[in-house]
Amino acid sequence: MKRTIAVISAGLRQPSSTRMLADRLADAVRRELERLGAEADVELIELRDHAHDLVNNLLVGYPSEELERVQEIVLRSDALVAVTPTFSGSYNGIFKMFVDVLDDTALVDKPVLVAATGGTGRHSLVLEHALRPLFSYLRAVVVPTAVFAAPEDWGAGDAAQSSLGRRIDRAAGELAREVDRRDPPTVTDPFEDPTSFERLLGGQ
Amino acid sequence: MSWMQFGIFGVGDVARDPVTGRMPSEHERIKAVMEYAKLAEEVGLDVFAIGEHHNPPFIPSSPTTMLGYIAARTDKIILSTSTTLITTNDPVKIAEDYAMLQHLADGRVDLIMGRGNTGPVYPWFGQDIRNAIPLAIENYDLLRRLWREDVVDWEGKFRTPLQSFTSTPRPLDGVPPFVWHGSIRSPEIAEQAAYYGDGFLHNNLLWPKKHVQRMVGLYRRRFEHYGHGPADQAIVGLGAQVFMRRNSQDAVREFRTYFDNSAAYGHGPSLEETMNQTALLVGSPQEVIDRTLAFREYAGGDYQRQLFNVDGIGVPRKTVLEQIEMLGEVVQVLRKEFAVGRPAHVPDAPTHASLKAAALAAAAKEV
Repeated sequence: MKRTIAVISAGLRQPSSTRMLADRLADAVRRELERLGAEADVELIELRDHAHDLVNNLLVGYPSEELERVQEIVLRSDALVAVTPTFSGSYNGIFKMFVDVLDDTALVDKPVLVAATGGTGRHSLVLEHALRPLFSYLRAVVVPTAVFAAPEDWGAGDAAQSSLGRRIDRAAGELAREVDRRDPPTVTDPFEDPTSFERLLGGQ
Repeated sequence: MSWMQFGIFGVGDVARDPVTGRMPSEHERIKAVMEYAKLAEEVGLDVFAIGEHHNPPFIPSSPTTMLGYIAARTDKIILSTSTTLITTNDPVKIAEDYAMLQHLADGRVDLIMGRGNTGPVYPWFGQDIRNAIPLAIENYDLLRRLWREDVVDWEGKFRTPLQSFTSTPRPLDGVPPFVWHGSIRSPEIAEQAAYYGDGFLHNNLLWPKKHVQRMVGLYRRRFEHYGHGPADQAIVGLGAQVFMRRNSQDAVREFRTYFDNSAAYGHGPSLEETMNQTALLVGSPQEVIDRTLAFREYAGGDYQRQLFNVDGIGVPRKTVLEQIEMLGEVVQVLRKEFAVGRPAHVPDAPTHASLKAAALAAAAKEV
């Protein structure tokens, strides 16, 4: 079965260590899914490219055509990898704006892998204090291993051998197993299948 | 009467003119809106609609007072609402007020129902915005009964029960005002309009055209489902906002100042993006004609009512009057162009006269 993994990266610079982490997680998830016998498409979304559209969506209440296309990718994906840099002890603004303009049921029961980068390893609890509660609120299924990459992780020699590499593989394995034991998400369209008026009149 | 109705609608916001910096008083704004309605009739428009709001910077808290004043100063134009708050108004008061207006205006009255999206308004009227849809459903169901049954016993969730209640005056000729349901994005309201066989009007602004198409498409499909006739005989209305100058570039340049400084539009998507995604029409009369004719695509075919917003966001009175004059000319062309290829079985826009004739025909059949 063909699966789709949406990867959002909220890094702002080029090149960005957040994007590097997102790419490594994406590769690892694809590899783990293949091991379970599933093909996977990775859709990488650089939130930076949609920064103005995100502000506009918050102001007018509807997305641009391009932003709507990106929201659809996330909605229809089998799993989400969400990666943000740490700003003031939390996810950055652009990351939260993207989450804020998603439909509030878009992530229900969707496997999510949370990851973050930061200027020092002392920020690593951003994953447990900011990202995990955010996705729990949205009723997503956040896998147990969350991945934080500090500057020292990028400079630790052979990446595959490093502890970052091991954490990436472990998290990707957890995400792949959550995807594997689920059917692809069903997206209901309220315009195709409306609640009948008899039910609405009955207070449902 | 026209098979397709054209008119103006507004919400009566009091806003500073960003060009002159001048802030009109509430009194000036109220009187100006009355003038717009009168001119709308003079230039041959069919409908004048004013919204309902209960918070600054809006003036129309008392729509039937405004419409009653206009009724006395006009002869032909249909008076409507954009919109009547079916959620926070007592349906009993709506039944009474609009039946009274209908008598005074000799039937020139219909209503567009809306829920209102201003959160704080709900608690001021003892309601909760989270109940907006259930309120719209229960209140409207009661309103229909009050207009159609001489004596009503009723019990519901949101209002005190009624025992042996008669709403007065009874609707003119026993024919309740026609009702349109307006909603930007709630499928439940399209469903409601379809269930009763009422009209559905999308303001075509504040939401991209692709979604307008889906809302109207749902309404048409469900209209047929509920047995009111084929989908292309459903009663559809659209809105738009218009700003015209003889020369397209002049219109864009002049309107941009109002757009960029407006509370509704400013600091978000650009004027060009908004014009591209919604029914904001800024340009020459010919451009407005061409784009309006293309609305049939969003309406899922030929439709019955097209309303234009011409005032608000600080556009001064003199300019609004010019816009209404130009709209009169534009509508003459639109009437001809919309008539081309319009299938005979597409129903005309409902009026008191047509509803009365239909009621008489139905009664004759039963005898």
